[in-house]
Amino acid sequence: MAEPILTVKNLQKHFGAKNNPLKAVDDISFHVMPGETLGLVGESGCGKSTTGRTIINLYDKTGGEVEFDGRNNDRLSRKEQKQFHQKLQMIFQDPYASLNPRMTVFEILEEGYDIHKLYKKKKERRERIYGLLESVGLNREHANRYPHEFSGGQRQRIGIARALSFDPKLIIADEPISALDVSIQAQVVNMMKNIQKERGLAYLFIAHDLSMVKYISDRIAVMYKGKIMEIGDAADLYERPVHPYTKSLLSAVPQPDPHSEKDRRRISYDADMHEYTEDEELELRDFGNNHLVYCSKKEYDSWKA
Amino acid sequence: MADKNVSELQPSDFEIVGNKTSETETLARKSISFWGEVSRRFIKNKLALIGFITLAIIIIGAICGPWISEFTYRQQNGDYNMAPNGTYWFGTDDLGRDIFTRVWIGARISIFIGFAAAIIDLIIGVAWGAVAGLTGGRTDEIMMRIADILTAIPYLLVVIILLVVMQPGLFPMIIALSLTGWVNMARITRSEILKLKNQEYVLAARTLGANNLHLIKRHLLPNALGAILVTMTLTIPTAIFTEAFLSYLGLGVPAPLASWGTMANDGYPALANAPWRLFFPGVLICLTIFAFNAVGDGLRDALDPKLRK
Amino acid sequence: MMNEPILQMKNLEIDFKTYAGTVKAVRKVSFDVFEGETLAIVGESGSGKSVTNQAIMKLLPQPPAIYAGGEILFGGSNILEKSEKQMERIRGNEISMIFQDPMTSLNPTMKIGKQITEVMLKHKKISSGDAKKRALELMDLVGIPNPKKRLNQYPHEFSGGMRQRVVIAIALAADPRLLIADEPTTALDVTIQAQILEVMKDVQKNSRTSIIFITHDLGVVANVADRVAVMYAGEIVEIGSVDDIFYNPQHPYTWGLLGSMPDMNADKKEELRTIPGSPPNLVDPPRGDAFAARNPRAMKIDFEKSPPMFEAGKDHYAKTWRLHPAAPKTEVPEIIRNRYMQYNGGDQ
Repeated sequence: MAEPILTVKNLQKHFGAKNNPLKAVDDISFHVMPGETLGLVGESGCGKSTTGRTIINLYDKTGGEVEFDGRNNDRLSRKEQKQFHQKLQMIFQDPYASLNPRMTVFEILEEGYDIHKLYKKKKERRERIYGLLESVGLNREHANRYPHEFSGGQRQRIGIARALSFDPKLIIADEPISALDVSIQAQVVNMMKNIQKERGLAYLFIAHDLSMVKYISDRIAVMYKGKIMEIGDAADLYERPVHPYTKSLLSAVPQPDPHSEKDRRRISYDADMHEYTEDEELELRDFGNNHLVYCSKKEYDSWKA
Repeated sequence: MADKNVSELQPSDFEIVGNKTSETETLARKSISFWGEVSRRFIKNKLALIGFITLAIIIIGAICGPWISEFTYRQQNGDYNMAPNGTYWFGTDDLGRDIFTRVWIGARISIFIGFAAAIIDLIIGVAWGAVAGLTGGRTDEIMMRIADILTAIPYLLVVIILLVVMQPGLFPMIIALSLTGWVNMARITRSEILKLKNQEYVLAARTLGANNLHLIKRHLLPNALGAILVTMTLTIPTAIFTEAFLSYLGLGVPAPLASWGTMANDGYPALANAPWRLFFPGVLICLTIFAFNAVGDGLRDALDPKLRK
Repeated sequence: MMNEPILQMKNLEIDFKTYAGTVKAVRKVSFDVFEGETLAIVGESGSGKSVTNQAIMKLLPQPPAIYAGGEILFGGSNILEKSEKQMERIRGNEISMIFQDPMTSLNPTMKIGKQITEVMLKHKKISSGDAKKRALELMDLVGIPNPKKRLNQYPHEFSGGMRQRVVIAIALAADPRLLIADEPTTALDVTIQAQILEVMKDVQKNSRTSIIFITHDLGVVANVADRVAVMYAGEIVEIGSVDDIFYNPQHPYTWGLLGSMPDMNADKKEELRTIPGSPPNLVDPPRGDAFAARNPRAMKIDFEKSPPMFEAGKDHYAKTWRLHPAAPKTEVPEIIRNRYMQYNGGDQ
C-alpha cells in the first residue's frame, strides 16, 4: 500500500490564554492518500478551517505532528521548506478577499515564481502563466485585468490557478465553493475534479455543504467541537452513519426534492446524551471498512451490534 | 399573457443554433487600474477638485511669486504701511517691505515645513507601525506603549523647551513638529497592517512561502497606501497651522525670514491701521489648510473600497 | 381554491445608476402572492431577487435606485406611490422583513424584550403589559426556551440561531400580512437552518401570514415553498407550484439550476451538470432571451426576440420559446425526467 501524502497525528491547536484555552483543534489524527479527496465537514466553529491552516503552517500548532510528503512540517531545512510551500497549497473561501485588488491577474500568478526565483526568463514565465490560466478555463487576455473585473466564479478559478503554480501534491481547499452561486459551484467542483484526474493531486476539502462534499470526496471526516467524530468512505458514512452527531447533521440537509422533503425527519443531537463517565476512554474505534467512530467502549459495543 | 406577434413567427426562427458561451466569459468593463479609478472618482468630487486647484495655485505662487515681483522679501523700500496698490499689490509693512513678495516667501517656508514634517512622520510612522503591526505580540505592545507615552507628554511644553534650547529656526521647527507627529501615522499604519495581514490574499502569499519583507512590499504597503496617503495629506495642514501658531507665540523662524505665522504675528498689532498685513497671510493660512483638508477628504472618499463592487 | 392575492406585482422595473452605466436590475417582473402561501424566489446573485423584494418595502435608496416602471399593489393601492410616512405605517406592521444576518438587524444596546414590544407599541393600540405578554408568546412560538429570562437579555447573549429566532419574533410582532424573508438561513449552519425552517412553517400554519422566501438554495425551496418563481437576469423565467418547478420544469435555466445541485444520491462518477458561462451584464441586457447565450439548445429566435410567458400547465408559466407550438420538441434532461417519473410513480 502506498504511503499517505499527509499524516496528521494528535494535532492540537489552542487559542487564547494558557490556563483556559479555546481548544479549536483538540487532538485529531487522520491521513490523506496521494490522489484522493478527504472531505472535512462540520459546522462553523468546529475547527475544520483551523485544522487546514495549522497543517499548512499558517498557525503554529500547540501539539501533535503533521507529516507531509514524508517530512515533518516543523523540522524542515530551507530547501525542504521551499518544497513544502510548492507542493502543499491552499484555496481560500472568499473569492473577493483572496486576490490582492492592487495586482493584475498576471502579477498574482507570478508571485510564487518571484518568491522562489523560478522561471526568470520573461518568455518562459509568460508561457507558464498562460498555461495556468488555460488550465482553469481562462485565457491570456484575462492576464492583464484586475480581480474586481471578474465574477466570483472566475476569481475562484484564478485562486485555483495560483494554487497550481508548482504542480502541488496536495491542495487544502478551505470552503472553496461556499461563497459561490449554485451553478458556479458545479463549474468549480467539476474543474477541481478534472484537475485532480489530470495531475493526480490530493485534496483536503473543507466544507459545510454536505451534498457537495459527498459528491467530491472519497472519504469524509466529520468534526465537532475540535474533534473528529466519525471518518470513513464517503458512501459508507452517508448511508450508514454511526455517530449520533453525524446522523443529526445528515438529517438536516435539505434535498432539492419537495417530495422527500415533506417526509424528512430531523434528528437532533445533544452532546450530553452520551452520558460519558469520567473513567470512560473516548477514542476513534474501528467499525470495519476503515470506518472509525469516536466513542466509548460501551457505545462501541452497542452501536456495533 | 401571450404575445400578439407570436403567431407570425416562422418555423425557421426556431432552428437550433446552440449557445454562445464564449461571449459570456468576455469581461464587460474596460480595464482600469486601481489608481486610475481613484483619480476618476477624485475628479468627480467638486470640493476635492477645488481644493486641489487652490493648492496648485498656492504652490505655483510660492514658486513664481517672489520671482515675478520686483522686490525682494528683505528689501526695505521706504514706503511704510502702504495699502495695496499698483506697485505693492498686497501693500507694505511697517519696515516698508513688499507683502506680496513676503507672503510667497512665507508660503515657501510654511509649505516646506508642512511637507518636511509630513515626510518625517511618514518615514518614522510607517516603519514603526508596520513593524509593530506585523510582529504583534510583545514587541507590538512595547512599541505602542512608547508611542502612547510620547503623546502623553504635553506637546507644547516639549516644543517650547526644544525651541528655547535650540534657538528658533527652520530645522528645530521641523524637529519639534515631528517629535510626536509620527505617532498618529504609526497608529494608522499599524491598524491597517493588522487588518490586512489576515486577509486571504496575504495568507495565500504566505502559503507560497513569502517572507515578511515580501508581504510588506507586495501586499501590505500597496493596500495601506491609501490610508497612509490620506493621513499624510491631513498631517500637512496641521503642521502648517502649528508652525503658524508657534510663530505667533514668537517661536517661529527668525527675521528677516518670513513665514505666514510670523507675518500674522507682526501684522496683528497694526490691525486697526494696516489690516492687510494680517489679512493676506491669514487668508493664505486658511486657504491652504482648507485645500489640504478637502484633498485629504476627497482622497479618502475616492479610496473607499465599499464603492468598488 | 386560490383566494384574492394580497400582493400583486405588475411589470416592476428597477434601474440602478452606476458609474459604469444604468444597470437594469429588475426587468418587468410580475407575480402575485396569495394569503397563507409561501412563494419562494430563487435565483443567483445579481438575478434581482433581493432588489425586487426590497422594492416591496420601498427600501431601495434613491439614487442610485430608480423605480422605472410598473406597480406593486398591496391592499389595493400602489406601494410605489406611497409617501415615506405612509410606508412607515406599513413596514414592520403589515409587511415585515427578515434579513440574512441576524446580528446586524438587532440593536446590540437594547434588550430583546424591548425590541420585540417596541414594534407592537408603535403599530398597535396595546398596553405595555399586554405587549410583554404577547412578546413571551411569540418567543415561545419561535422556540426560544425560557422566554421570561431571555426577555431581559441582550443580543450578544444569544447564539446565531437564537438571534434569527428573535428576528422572526420581531417580524411577527405586529401580525404582518406578508413576511419577506431574504436568505434568512444562509448564514446559519445546516442543523440550525433546519430548525429555523421548521419554526417558519409552524408560524405560518398558525397565523396564515404569507411569506416571500428569497433563497439560492434549492433544498430550502423544496422544503418551504408552495409556489416557486425562478429569476434570471432581472426577469422571472419560470413560475409555478413547487411540484411543477422540481418535477416538470420547462425553462432551460431551471434545468440548469436543478442539474447543478448534487442530491445526496448523486453518482460521483458522473460530472455535475453545469450552466456554461456567466450571467449577462445588465447594463446592456441581451436583445432576445437573456439565457440564450448559455443554453446549449438555444434557437435562432432566442437571440432575436425576448420570449413571452407561455402557459405550461395550470398556474405554471415559463418564459421560453421552446414552448411555442412551432418550436422543435426539446427534451427535458434525463436527470429531471427520472425524478418526474419517480414522482408520478407514487412514493419511492
